[in-house]
Amino acid sequence: MKITYPHMGNLYIVVRALLTTLGLDVVLPPPTSRRTVELGVRYSPEFACFPFKLNLGNYLEARELGADTILMAGGVGPCRFGYYAEVQRQILSDLGSEMDMVVLEPPDVSYKELKEKIRHLVGDISWWKVIKAIRLAWYKARAIDAVEEKLLYLRPRVYEPYLLERYYHRALHEIDALSHRRAVQGAVRDFIKKVGSMPQRSGEFLRVGLVGEIFTILEPTANYDLEKRLGLLGVEVTRSIWLSIWINEHLFGGLLRVSNECRDDHHLAPPYLNSFVGGHGKETVGCTVGFAQRNYDGVIQVAPFTCMPEIVAHSVLPAVSKDYGIPVLTFYLDEQSGEAGIQTRLEAFVDLIAAHSHDQKGGMLSGSVFGN
Amino acid sequence: MDLFLGIDVGSVSTNLVLIDYEGELYLRPLYLRTQGQPITAVQQGLVLLKEQLTSEDRIRGVGTTGSARSLAGVLVGADIVKNEITSHAVAALHKVPGVRTVLEIGGQDSKIIVLRDGIVVDFAMNTVCAAGTGSFLDQQANRLNLSIENFGEVALQAENPVRIAGRCTVFAESDMIHKQQMGHSLSDIVAGLCDALVRNYLNNIGKGKEINPPVVFQGGVAANAGMRTAFEKALETEIIIPQHFDVMGAYGAAMLARDQTSEQGRETRFRGFKVSSQDFQNCSFICQKCPNACEVIEIKQGKELLARWGDRCGRWSVTETEAGCVPV
Repeated sequence: MKITYPHMGNLYIVVRALLTTLGLDVVLPPPTSRRTVELGVRYSPEFACFPFKLNLGNYLEARELGADTILMAGGVGPCRFGYYAEVQRQILSDLGSEMDMVVLEPPDVSYKELKEKIRHLVGDISWWKVIKAIRLAWYKARAIDAVEEKLLYLRPRVYEPYLLERYYHRALHEIDALSHRRAVQGAVRDFIKKVGSMPQRSGEFLRVGLVGEIFTILEPTANYDLEKRLGLLGVEVTRSIWLSIWINEHLFGGLLRVSNECRDDHHLAPPYLNSFVGGHGKETVGCTVGFAQRNYDGVIQVAPFTCMPEIVAHSVLPAVSKDYGIPVLTFYLDEQSGEAGIQTRLEAFVDLIAAHSHDQKGGMLSGSVFGN
Repeated sequence: MDLFLGIDVGSVSTNLVLIDYEGELYLRPLYLRTQGQPITAVQQGLVLLKEQLTSEDRIRGVGTTGSARSLAGVLVGADIVKNEITSHAVAALHKVPGVRTVLEIGGQDSKIIVLRDGIVVDFAMNTVCAAGTGSFLDQQANRLNLSIENFGEVALQAENPVRIAGRCTVFAESDMIHKQQMGHSLSDIVAGLCDALVRNYLNNIGKGKEINPPVVFQGGVAANAGMRTAFEKALETEIIIPQHFDVMGAYGAAMLARDQTSEQGRETRFRGFKVSSQDFQNCSFICQKCPNACEVIEIKQGKELLARWGDRCGRWSVTETEAGCVPV
């Protein structure tokens, strides 16, 4: 069995750690690229959401490398994600590229089913080994988040942003390759030490909270490198969703104590949004309120085009924006999005929040574009 | 005299504006057609400007805006490169202090900017559809055998504007043909088209935005009296069209260049009017280093590399030693 799984930002490192420790033969799809997008778009229904198309592209590229089994997550609730695996399986079968698809439904649905699926995958391994694998994967998830948190903090500050990106990719590479907790944590410490000594601008920076659908937030190809673009424009970005936080809350049932700025924000969604609307719709509204209360300069919402939960959230955000006086910008993204339009709107938004924030903050760039 | 130059290189037009320290226009603004050749258009504009300047005139700052703002910025040596939304807002604020809504329709895009107490608080730009922008009007005027200059006047003569589907340019066009075949008068159709485009604009770009007076209408399409009347009818308020409505982006860029250079007390980075006679080569190549296959654009002056962009990873933007374009 050669197992593969779709990309979502740096999730591949975490899943690879898990599966290889369990003794599985992993075939990773090549990094999501324009070719992935083209393949996915060609074989997906036009109005399927962008993550669906990228997943499909990943499978097809992994199949070229010899993968025969797909590990995919399932889902419940109004978001279409719950149907992804089934529809994707059908499309692959129609294409004559049949692959075995193992769908892991979230444990909040049925722990028993999840247990059986894992048994099916790993065969006769002791539960102790499974737990060990999960622990290593978890430490890698924490390591990635620690590195990215530093990256988001430093992007507007360093004078050599491209060098920072290079260090970041090198750190990811190390975390991926190492197989012991201590070594992984050492790699994080090395990264933080190295980038911390890079020459930096001082002063206060504009702060923007990033909310929205999880895949679009975590996958740079899906959000057109939004975080990097904002960083180069002199903005410090804070994500509402982090990989390890999401794993802890949805896979471990919130068992571990992990601190995160937006942890309790979903309680802030009412009175704007009182019920579960699927996906991260409620979190989007709650986190926007949270960012506003924590005095952020602006909030950016990202979602795939036609994403229903985020459309619901989007429709109540003007009320939040008005009550708290916080500027909000929404991007619906898919393969049709124009880069120039995204860049122009981001620059205009940065100008807007700069004028909007009462105290004049230093360290802002003039809003000029790439390469300048 | 100390002057500041604003250059707006858009999809359809390239505009150049000179202002003095007080923000007053100096000479007549230039409105040129880009015709898909931004470099030539900017060079041509500089030649025309230089002819009119005296030996006492000095350019103290340059700002560029529009969709080719970074290209133009590299070319002339801009002190500030600014997006067109901010530039338009700055210009509108100077011309109509207290403005609360800016409607801007250009060659291929349209935007709405909402301001309160002199700062931008919200904006939107067309993302999926170019219906109602200058290019579409151009095309329809052409099809109806009207010059674009007369288009608006014809609309004003309408007695009963017909209702035209305005959601999409293709549907709008087939609906217009249908109305022609039915025998409606030309002016009724043209006025109906203006109404449809305004409806489309307000439903798409203006959706969810608070449109409060004073409302300023600018961009090339503001020349169209039919569109102005249609906006007045739909919004039930007076629409202000500034005198130089078609070069407001360039005007804003000049203002921003003035603020930038005088605040920081800096010398301008303007490369001088000699730029107009220099030989620039722009070329693009597809990077083969990874499957992203980025289209990298390179601007060179002679052998000197001025800038590169378009790559996602940044390798081309920083490494100047690597050879990019293969010389043809």
